[in-house]
Order: sequence, then structure tokens, then C-alpha cells
Amino acid sequence: MTSIRLAETPLLTYVLRRADDALVLGHRLSEWCGKAPLMEEEMALANMGLDLIGQARALYTYAGEVEAKGHDEDALAYLRDERAYRNLLLVEQPNGDFALTMVRQLLYAAFADPYWRAMMASRDATLAAIAAKAEKETAYHLRHSAEWVVRLGDGTAESHARIVRALEKLWPFTGELFETDDVEREMIAAGIAVDPAALRDTWRGTVSAVLARATLTMPEDGWMQSGGRGGRHSEHLGHLLAELQSMQRTIPGATW
Amino acid sequence: MYTQGLNQGPDAADRRIEDAALLQRFQERIDAEERIEPNDWMPEAYRRTLVRQISQHAHSEIIGMQPEGNWITRAPSLRRKAALLAKVQDECGHGLYLYAAAETLGVAREEMVEQLLAGKAKYSSIFNYPTLTWADIGAIGWLVDGAAIMNQIPLCRCSYGPYARAMIRVCKEESFHQRQGYEIMLTLCRGNGAQKEMAQDALNRWWWPCLMMFGPPDAASQHTDTSTRWKIKRFTNDELRQKFIDATVPQAHFLGLTVPDPDLRFDEATGHWAHGAIDWEEFRQVVAGNGPCNAQRMERRRRTEEDGAWVRDAARAFAEKEKSRHRAAA
Repeated sequence: MTSIRLAETPLLTYVLRRADDALVLGHRLSEWCGKAPLMEEEMALANMGLDLIGQARALYTYAGEVEAKGHDEDALAYLRDERAYRNLLLVEQPNGDFALTMVRQLLYAAFADPYWRAMMASRDATLAAIAAKAEKETAYHLRHSAEWVVRLGDGTAESHARIVRALEKLWPFTGELFETDDVEREMIAAGIAVDPAALRDTWRGTVSAVLARATLTMPEDGWMQSGGRGGRHSEHLGHLLAELQSMQRTIPGATW
Repeated sequence: MYTQGLNQGPDAADRRIEDAALLQRFQERIDAEERIEPNDWMPEAYRRTLVRQISQHAHSEIIGMQPEGNWITRAPSLRRKAALLAKVQDECGHGLYLYAAAETLGVAREEMVEQLLAGKAKYSSIFNYPTLTWADIGAIGWLVDGAAIMNQIPLCRCSYGPYARAMIRVCKEESFHQRQGYEIMLTLCRGNGAQKEMAQDALNRWWWPCLMMFGPPDAASQHTDTSTRWKIKRFTNDELRQKFIDATVPQAHFLGLTVPDPDLRFDEATGHWAHGAIDWEEFRQVVAGNGPCNAQRMERRRRTEEDGAWVRDAARAFAEKEKSRHRAAA
């Protein structure tokens, strides 16, 4: 089916960014199904994936209301091309091994948890309500991923080496968490959004405490990758979306 | 095993007399519909039968995650995606508490998983068929879970307490899955031509393998007699298969689908749907390892175990370190 085109207002763009973060990361976690290292982790990874897909659904539904052109959650998720996706580069990075998935989850959740907590005071009542639910879920994701990063960092030589590699690989995607642009600034000024840059110290504090327990050192900040918020993604997202959207594109306009 | 540990007498002859008495008491309890609990005396064959059946059931849940997991990343809507992920997660949960139920009989989960990976333990033949379209997800929920419910509802009254209790919870979730699967089929059948075609194709491919899920015909079944006497099994394979057919055929008709059995007809005299001949050679081949996906399912399970080994090692190493740190601090 032909992709939909949206006339993006700052609020619509803002909501889509958060929705896309949640869906893409939730989809990544769902890719683990049947492949987790322990059955208990099958359950946990599916739980976190379900939380994130649930957040995405609430946010897309709201985005559809904001746009008011009759696009529902599925139109927004399944009928936008990768250049129209607004998620962080961090969340679209492939799962890699269990260490990479847990580090990715930690780096995102250590940001998303305080972000949603602060968003509970948003002037936008819908976003505040979504934030209240997301915060509870993200607090668990943070605890879960932190425990695993500690376990793997302070486990065997192999698990330690894998965590170090995962950190090195993902660190360049952490700068984007704190970026602000005109869209974000307008939302912040209106009291709808919170300033991500203001959460940087909290995030650093959380991550460095976990890494210290995991006998790891915090990587140096070097060059940071950027572009997801503007639709300039890594090559990985196109493949993810090709899979995610395949049914809606093959048999267009159907009810499922 | 503690079932034998409770049963050690000083002398072989004494033991035989004692065994006979215990066996009689055991059968009386079964006949009185009492539940046998883990610490109760039980014949070794009863224990062995249950370990085999419960672990096969657990393995089926775990292997069964694969065919449905195949569509999680391609589910056609977010609602379907979430429901399918939650369903496959439920199956893993079933696997976990079934392994726990089997562990009450003195066998460790690791040991059972080991047997599965070594190809020594079986799982349900149905999971060796591929899921080729989205409609297969509907068909699995409707037919495979429907067949599983037919098998499992009587197990809620199984003589072994931990298994019976696990089944009560499993059945609740399975019946939810079954309704969800039927609803997928209904949506497809009310949809456009391509969707209806997909639904019919799925029924065509899943119908006969689902009838085989109940196992060989009664005349050829090895386990039925003792299992029935011990109230592990309360209906025969053929009885359960017939119940399933009687329940399912009208559902297929309601969907506007054709059951792929030219000999299917309603027998007014018996009140049952009479079905055509089942290809038991296909069943034997699938059980023997020659189904379309046997090799793929086992390879995937083994690879998952191998890929996760370093994580489990790390978790063990960390737990050891924590223990010695606590000891040092104490």
C-alpha cells in the first residue's frame, strides 16, 4: 500500500518520535522470542517488549487524534516509510548478543525512566497519563537490564568482554538521547515536553553506578551519531520495517 | 528417587509383600478419586509415566513457541502483534510450570531439557509443521489449541495433584488462546478474497495434522490401559478426537470454510461427525523425525541453548562471587 504522508506539526512530530522509539525497541525485543538464554528471560524480554508495544499503541493513537486525518495506530506504524520514522538510532540497533541487548536496554531505560517521570507533569493531559504508565514499566526495565549488566560485567571473562564490546558499540548512539531541536524547544516552552538535556546528569549518574557495580569503566564521550529524530537512520531500520510492515503492504486496506 | 527411598525394606521378600500392600492402597486411593501428592508412595511405573508425559507436554510448549514466534515480527496490526507475543509468552510460562510439576517427581529441569536436545524426548508432532501465512496463526489458535484443550481438560482431574493443578491454569489460558485464534479466522473470513483464501488454505493444511495430535487409534495405543487405570488418562485417543471433530466442524461451517475431508458426514444415528481415513503413515514419519520442520525445530532449540551458555555461565559465576562476598562480609 502507498505510504501515508503527514503534515507534521511540532506536537505530532513530538508524539511520533516517542511512539517510534517504543515500537522499534519493542519490536527488537520481540525478535528475541524463542531465542533467549534462559526460559525466565524469554518471559522477561516478552514482558518488556509488550510494555513498549503498549506504549507505542497509546502514543500512535494520540498522534492520530492530534493529526485528525483519520489515521489510526496501525496506519501510523505500518504505512510510514523509514524516512518518516523519528526514533532514536540507539533503539533500532540490531539485538546482537544478549549483552548488547541488555546494554541497549540499560542505556535507553536509564534515560526513559526519568524522562517519563518528568513528563507526568506535562500540561498535555494525555501525554501525562501515558507517562504515568510508561514510567512504572520503564523503572522495571531499568532494574532488569541493570541487574544483567552487573551480572555479565562481573561474571566470567567472556561475559565481561562481551559487555565491554556492547558498551563500546552503543556508546556513540547515546548523545542523541539528549538532543533538542526546534520541535522539542517549542514543546518544552509550551510545558508539554521536558528538556532531555536536563536529564543528562541523572542518566550519567544511573549508568555510571551500574557500570561501577559491573566492574566496568564508563566509556569516554567521543563522536556521537545523530539523525534518527529527523528520519536519517542506520541501514538497519529499513529491514526492520520491511518485516514489520509486510502484511499491510502485501494485502492493502484489509481489516486484520 | 524418594518414591523408592520410602520403600526400602531390610529384605527382598518383605519388600515384595510391602509393595503389594502399598500398591493396593495406592490403587484404592486412585479409585476413590484422591489426589496423589509428591511425598506419597507411588509405583515406579506411575512416576515414570508421569515424568514422560509431563516433560513431553513441557517440551511441546517450548518447541511450540517456534511456529508462532515465526509471525510475531510480521503480525499485521499492533493489536495482533501484542496478542501473539503475549500468547507465545504464555506458552513459555506453561513450559516452565510443567517442568516444575515434573520436578516434583524427582527429575531436574536441566535433565529433561538435556533429553529433548539429545533427541531422546518427544514433543507434540503438530509443531513440526510450518507456519506459512498469517492465517496459520489463526488456525493454530483455533485448531491446535482447541485440540490441546480437548486433551487437557480431563487432565485437570488427573490423579497426580501437581499436574492436575498446573493443567487448570494452562486450560484457562489455552481457552483464551483458542478464542483469539478463532477470532483471527473470523476476521479473515469476513475480509477480502485474499484473506478468505488464506484462511481456507490454513484449514486445509492444519486439519489432518490436528486430528493426529490425539495420537494413534485406540487399537494401536501402547499407554492407554495403565494410564486409564491410574486416572492419568480418562478418555481414549479416539474419544477425544471425536469430541474435537464434533466441536470443530460446526465452527468451520460458521466461518464458511470447507473441512478438507470429502468423507466427512454427520451420522444421524450416532449424533457424531464421521470422518475419513487418517494418514497414519504421515504421523509415523513426523514422529520419527521426518516432518517438514523436525530438523529445523531441534536445530533452533540446540542453537538457542548453545548461544545462551555463556550467559548462564556468567550468571552462575556472579552468584558464586556474591555468595563468597556475603560470606566474607559476615
